Amino acid sequence: MRTIPLAIIGAGPAGMAAAATAARYGLKPVLFDEQPAPGGQIYRALESTPLRRPELLGEDYWHGKSLVQALRDGAIDYRPGHTVWQLNRDGEVGLLAGDRAELIRAERIVLATGAQERPFPIPGWTLPGVMGAGAAQVLLKTSGVAAQAPLVLAGSGPLLYLVAAQYSRAGAAVAAILETTPRENFRHAAGHIGGAVKGWRYLRKGLSLLKELKRAGIRHEHQVTELHAEGNGRLQHVRWRTAARPDVWQQCDATTLLLHHGVVPNVQMTRALGGEHDWSEAQLCWCPRRDSLGRSDIEGFFIAGDGGGIGGAKSAALQGELAALAALASLDLLDDVALHRETAPRHRALASELAIRPFLDALYRPGDRWRRPADEVIVCRCEEVSAGEVRRVAKLGCSGPNQMKSFTRCGMGPCQGRLCGLTVSEILAEETGQSIEQTGYYRLRPPFKPITLGQMASAADGTDYGQRQQQGSTAVVTEKASS
Amino acid sequence: MKPRALVVGGGLHGACAAMHLASSGFDVTVIEKQYAGRHASGVNAGGVRRLGRHPAEIPLAVAALERWQRLEALIGDNGGFHACGQIKVAENVDEMTALEARAAQVRELGFDHEILLSRAELRRRVPAIASHCVGALACDGDGAADPYRTLTAWRRRSQRKGARWLEGVRVTNIETIRSEGWRLWTDHSDFRCLEGDWLINCAGGWAGELSQWLGERVELEPRALMMTITERISPFLVPVIGAAGRALSFKQRENGTVMIGGGLFGSIDTDGESSKVNFRRLAKNIESALALFPFMRETKIIRNWTGIEGVTIDGLPVLGNSARYDRLIHSFGYSAHGFQLSAITGEIVRDLACEREPKLPITPFAIQRFDTPRSTARAGHAT
Repeated sequence: MRTIPLAIIGAGPAGMAAAATAARYGLKPVLFDEQPAPGGQIYRALESTPLRRPELLGEDYWHGKSLVQALRDGAIDYRPGHTVWQLNRDGEVGLLAGDRAELIRAERIVLATGAQERPFPIPGWTLPGVMGAGAAQVLLKTSGVAAQAPLVLAGSGPLLYLVAAQYSRAGAAVAAILETTPRENFRHAAGHIGGAVKGWRYLRKGLSLLKELKRAGIRHEHQVTELHAEGNGRLQHVRWRTAARPDVWQQCDATTLLLHHGVVPNVQMTRALGGEHDWSEAQLCWCPRRDSLGRSDIEGFFIAGDGGGIGGAKSAALQGELAALAALASLDLLDDVALHRETAPRHRALASELAIRPFLDALYRPGDRWRRPADEVIVCRCEEVSAGEVRRVAKLGCSGPNQMKSFTRCGMGPCQGRLCGLTVSEILAEETGQSIEQTGYYRLRPPFKPITLGQMASAADGTDYGQRQQQGSTAVVTEKASS
Repeated sequence: MKPRALVVGGGLHGACAAMHLASSGFDVTVIEKQYAGRHASGVNAGGVRRLGRHPAEIPLAVAALERWQRLEALIGDNGGFHACGQIKVAENVDEMTALEARAAQVRELGFDHEILLSRAELRRRVPAIASHCVGALACDGDGAADPYRTLTAWRRRSQRKGARWLEGVRVTNIETIRSEGWRLWTDHSDFRCLEGDWLINCAGGWAGELSQWLGERVELEPRALMMTITERISPFLVPVIGAAGRALSFKQRENGTVMIGGGLFGSIDTDGESSKVNFRRLAKNIESALALFPFMRETKIIRNWTGIEGVTIDGLPVLGNSARYDRLIHSFGYSAHGFQLSAITGEIVRDLACEREPKLPITPFAIQRFDTPRSTARAGHAT
């Protein structure tokens, strides 16, 4: 098996910054990324987006430019279009490029796999026409295509406003923004106002987005308490109730409903590796355990960026640099003095970047009803398991998500539990009275991304003779397992 | 007072033993270090197969199938069993000759469940099979079931009969009480010490360790069986397919997904409690599947997993009384083909605990066979 010293997985801000840092010390890292072009989700299609007017996607988007350019100077072995479908503690990396699967080994691995949208289960969220606001933003960045109007956005968080503004600038008819932020969040967030003041740039941006949306005359509903997506075969309208008018169902026609309740770390790989994960009560998500340099509890593995906890693009880049420095140090390419010299200013910058997080986390914390939906709501989209079914099985004595799989197939579909994992853990914890740590999360199974049988078989070509011998054919009359 | 039985291991064989013991008046406690069916019992490929059994296992497998056929009446659920048949395919004339020899051998032993299929008959039954296949050996009453569902049914029925299940409780030490009974020490503060008259070793991949504590020699290794499941595709296959010359078990489930197994081993993590897929070996397994069903190249794999199982050096289980102690019964080492047998082994354990002669021949499975170390190479076990 081919061995490389340093593999970085994911070419978002964290991965790109990690690669650039490693290259600066003369190590040529290999940067694997699933997408055809660098940038991750935040700087998606930065080199190729048809939306060239800078104001359309906003100045933050174009920040990624220098990171992307660094990939193009030859010091980094950048491999776009490489999907990592398997990873183990020995550093074995299963790659898929086109139709070829391949297994390589890396001595050090920086996981920069970013965030994913938090599951937002409501009645009707499986209807065509309902999608994540983040996914809709990707659509806009990569192809300049706006999701079909009339458009309704629902949920909370800065990205919701940003996507609304970007769509509105692109000329799409935004019919309404349905804000689910509960009233008490404002009070809780006020406790963290100190951090918000430190992060005043972010605040100012948020406020100017809100102002822009208001100027555009977009209907903005607050404290939405109930939300249904409805339609015959596809989304036709959205219905909701608010805290202000709890007795009245309001409704508007919609072809597209964009849902957003913030992002959470994408833990598929760290989970599959069996690393420890801690529940973040502030961010309501699992965070793989890592130290201040991004070193995970699995030898040789480093975690950078939002995959380790949500901090945003700039802190992701700083964390990418820190993880690369830690990896270099572990390969003896950097001594302790140089490590300290390099990391100290980055730690300071990171602290200042993260100052606003407690405020944002408190303000945009999704209310309980959105995370633990009513019985009739589908939780596992792949296997069509409802919240009620999860509760019923919990009452039968099922105490964890892995047993839940065996009882209901919940989490066993193609998405590997990405879209139901958090919901199931939270519902189970509530039903059983256990803490969410005790309840745990799905054991993740490879492949992380679907791979065809033909592609998998292509990985066999590298098999050495010894392995062939070990599992060659056996005599016919002897026992053969099939149970 | 009821005789007390301590069953170590909450897998299929433990659950089945617990059910029969509890039904026969024993006070049963099952001790499971994780949760029922955590390893091979909960996640195996679900084949219910007499086809290709080692001659010593055939009488048990035949009796077990009879239990499968009336599982619903026995334990209130059929475990998802359906008799879709099992077919072992020959890809060339040599393999077909070997299958013919096998069929003759089984007939000579007085059984008639294995039948030869011509090339035409194979194609009629499995239209999607690759055209180079020349024939097959088949077992019509065989089929497949859902392992976890089956395990849950046995467990539930045992509980209804009074068996107590302790999950998340790990046995850390075993003592005999004046050769009258057993004392188990565990890592759980609520059940520090458990006492019983009978000890039943159903510890699967961990049964070797347990036997070692008891000073009983057994050549068993925990191995991690690898499994693959694909996305749902249109129905194309009814029976479970194996191959004469390949390590493969292949079937389409009712929901359209295709399960690919074949007794290939992954690796067990150093903690001994979890295991992982060896993708190089798995890729060969998938190559085998594609050799028989080439049209599936574009079908996507949804999930791979492994389950830990105890595999003996000769591929035969250990089922019978201890060679060293009274009131110690072993039922483990089913070596990746114990799912089907789990429907009968509990009855045998119960007979032994009731100090009755079991109705089925179990001498070949005696633990005494490991007393003299063999020089022969590892052979005959599941591959």
